[in-house]
Amino acid sequence: MTDTRLIQRLEPKGLRLAPSQVFGRIRLVPVLRDEVKGDLRFARRDYSDAPLSVVALEGAPTSRGLKYVSYIPHGMVVSWGNRQAEAVYGTRLQAPEGKKVKVGPFSVRLLHRMVHREDRNQLRMLPLHLAMEGFLALHFGGPDIAWAEYSREALSHGLSPRVEGVVPGWASSALDGALRTFEVHEQQVGLLLFNADELLSAFIVAHPDDYRLLHRTLLEDFYGDLLLQYGYLLEAPELGLSLDAKRVSSMEDLRTEVARMRADWAAFHGFMAGGLFGVEVTSRKVYEAGPFLLQHFHTSLVPSEENHLGEAIIGPDGTLEYLKTYRLSSAQTRRAYLLQRLAASSWNLEDTAEELGSTKQELLLRLHNAGFGYLLKEHVLEEARRSKARGS
Amino acid sequence: MAVAAEVRIEQVAREDLVMFVNACFSCTGQREFYGDARGQSVSIEFLHQYILGNYRRLYRRTLAAGINHFNQAQIILNLLAVGSPADPVERQEEGALIAAALRGLPTQRAFRVLESLRSRHINNRRARAIAREYLAGRPSLPFDAVKYRAKLRAAVVHGHLKLDGELGPFLFRGWKKRVYTQPLLETFRKAHFAQEALYELPYTVAEGLAQKHGVPRDVFLQRIEPRLTQAERLRLQESSAREGAVEPRVDLSRAPLTKLALYVLSMKDEVRKARRDELHTALEGASARVLARAPATLGRVAAVLDNSYSSSGSLQKRRRPLGVALASHYLLSASAREYRAFWTCPVEEPLLVTARGQTDLATPLLDALAWGAELVVIVSDGYDNDPPKAVAELTRVFRERLDPGRRTALVHVNPVFDAEEYSPRSFGGAVATVGVRDAEDVPTVLGFARFAEGTASLAELERYLSARVASWLERDARRSTGSEASVAPGAPAGGEEGEA
Repeated sequence: MTDTRLIQRLEPKGLRLAPSQVFGRIRLVPVLRDEVKGDLRFARRDYSDAPLSVVALEGAPTSRGLKYVSYIPHGMVVSWGNRQAEAVYGTRLQAPEGKKVKVGPFSVRLLHRMVHREDRNQLRMLPLHLAMEGFLALHFGGPDIAWAEYSREALSHGLSPRVEGVVPGWASSALDGALRTFEVHEQQVGLLLFNADELLSAFIVAHPDDYRLLHRTLLEDFYGDLLLQYGYLLEAPELGLSLDAKRVSSMEDLRTEVARMRADWAAFHGFMAGGLFGVEVTSRKVYEAGPFLLQHFHTSLVPSEENHLGEAIIGPDGTLEYLKTYRLSSAQTRRAYLLQRLAASSWNLEDTAEELGSTKQELLLRLHNAGFGYLLKEHVLEEARRSKARGS
Repeated sequence: MAVAAEVRIEQVAREDLVMFVNACFSCTGQREFYGDARGQSVSIEFLHQYILGNYRRLYRRTLAAGINHFNQAQIILNLLAVGSPADPVERQEEGALIAAALRGLPTQRAFRVLESLRSRHINNRRARAIAREYLAGRPSLPFDAVKYRAKLRAAVVHGHLKLDGELGPFLFRGWKKRVYTQPLLETFRKAHFAQEALYELPYTVAEGLAQKHGVPRDVFLQRIEPRLTQAERLRLQESSAREGAVEPRVDLSRAPLTKLALYVLSMKDEVRKARRDELHTALEGASARVLARAPATLGRVAAVLDNSYSSSGSLQKRRRPLGVALASHYLLSASAREYRAFWTCPVEEPLLVTARGQTDLATPLLDALAWGAELVVIVSDGYDNDPPKAVAELTRVFRERLDPGRRTALVHVNPVFDAEEYSPRSFGGAVATVGVRDAEDVPTVLGFARFAEGTASLAELERYLSARVASWLERDARRSTGSEASVAPGAPAGGEEGEA
């Protein structure tokens, strides 16, 4: 049985795009929601006091088991249904969460699970890290048939440790300026972030008030390498739409034309974000929070296309209540693509190479260049290198 | 061929000057919402040098155009730095303009100009004469010697000036060495040893000495209260409440319009609601006083006012664009026969306005045009982003199709200087853009708007400027003869109101 709330294709249902605001090469497109139900709220939880967080994916935080290690500046608290609006005076509204241990001069925060239920109607999740963890876990088990080329570690531990690099938002001063000068709309619930007109990230929540509070957290989130690419481009081109003077003969016409201009902007931004919205995605359920379904997804992972991964919450009527995405860099896409191809042919190198239209030796080098050399036996790699040098 | 070249030259000159005067209305070299302070000061400095090098006569006449204090000071300094012109008539006019401008500046700014003469290594006969003349015209030099001690000292040393009486010893021989007969100087000396004497001094001087004596802040504020100037009172409202002292009483009926608007905007929502009637009356009174000085009668006026988030200004110019919008609202409603305001983010009560939301100027502008206004004044920083460039397109099509006869006048009043364009950001060719610093300048800049529109010729602009120069010099002459008679020496000049 498949859940209808599981995303097949990302549809911005009930959402509308407003004209972009440009600061240097960063273009920010506001996402507005006309009908706000207010039964799903988000709040920020500050974790910035620890420079490193370790999230236990299985078992208790202090026990052995799979861990996700990253700098996590903040978490997100999701609550749904009827909210208890009043609190006794003096109540600590934000109880300290997780355990902090001292490691030398640093402190490390230990967190339990990516998504942690805290109350009947409350969930704590680690935004974007949830999606990233889902991505890192793709084919994490490694080869399921012990082909001779794979190293012993790969066969016993899978891809562990699997590492990906990302760029924090504050690495780009342009993003800082853009977020500072951005004028938040009254009904705004989200933002599409473009750098040099490449879609980097989409962030959508359920309620405008929440968005207003979470706006600045976008600076702390992480982005793909594309945030720093095109650094020499100083300004994203201005998109000038014009009114057609011929169609105007009264004030009413003028009003209609301005409305048309607005609609054109929305349509154009929709087109610009076409690499994310409307494409087929592979999604997986993460948590069922009352009537809402939390899931993570990724797009096709074909290297020639733009690829996103993300997490979303879909409401009972299929509306997109929450979305946060990350644009994969091309190297990350290549890695995921190789893993996907390998897994599709049960990790058989010959079969995969044939499917990719190349030779086994080339595939071996390709794996090595992509950063998966540690999966292969040293002498196998050496042979591949030698055959490349011979030019055969 | 030659004719075409001449026309082009005239056009360039006119555009340059309009750009410069507009910049001088709005720019203060401080940080803005979108631009940093460095860019602003580099841009305005370049503009000054460019105009001074190419159009010196018009450059000095700009002093009389009603530009802001920062740029007046810059023009004075730049003119003094290049030396006096050879032609005696020009020399005479320039000298008179500089002297009048210096006298017209708030005291602290004028002294700052004299001090900058030293830091910029400007020391010629004219600069010394200007400094001498300025000091001779001061109503009470002992007061200046106490309140602006370092600046006065710098001016005197740099200009080789002579001070009579006890001032010389006070400034140069060490004030500790003797007892003074001049009461203020004696108080200053005493205040270093006795707390009681503190409260006879100007606030800014007493503040440091109070710290030295260890006087608690609340006690100090309470006792110095009678000595506070109007601007200091407004400034101290919040901080004195924070220190636990009684807030100094403000006479709202004396505060200038824009300052009052900024003061209102600095209050919390509840306070504004509670004091609504009082603030409303004060703002109305302030705008009536502005109109009494510069009468302007307008017909059916619509104001499109920008209260988007960017009107919150910067750390240095907090909420200034919004303050200018609010003050213009009161000013225009007082001067127009029929008036309606259209805010970008509609507000029920203008006093409760906050800087919030996107800049959707198209909707209020459409409403204003549909209302049938004769004059539409847009007060905005020029960044419209919902949708971008909508105002430019809207006004272009409106002029082209619906109003080719220019029955409706469109003026864009911009309080923000855009460093990259060397002028306040504009909404395309169909709307005249004029810079402004205080809402009090709005009547002046509305007069200037026809030059910004590009319909008036260079000759007209020159006539406009020379007429302003004549009336300005006349007013200055009247004021200086009048003040000499009325202000007795020894009495400190009262309201020292500068720019924030």
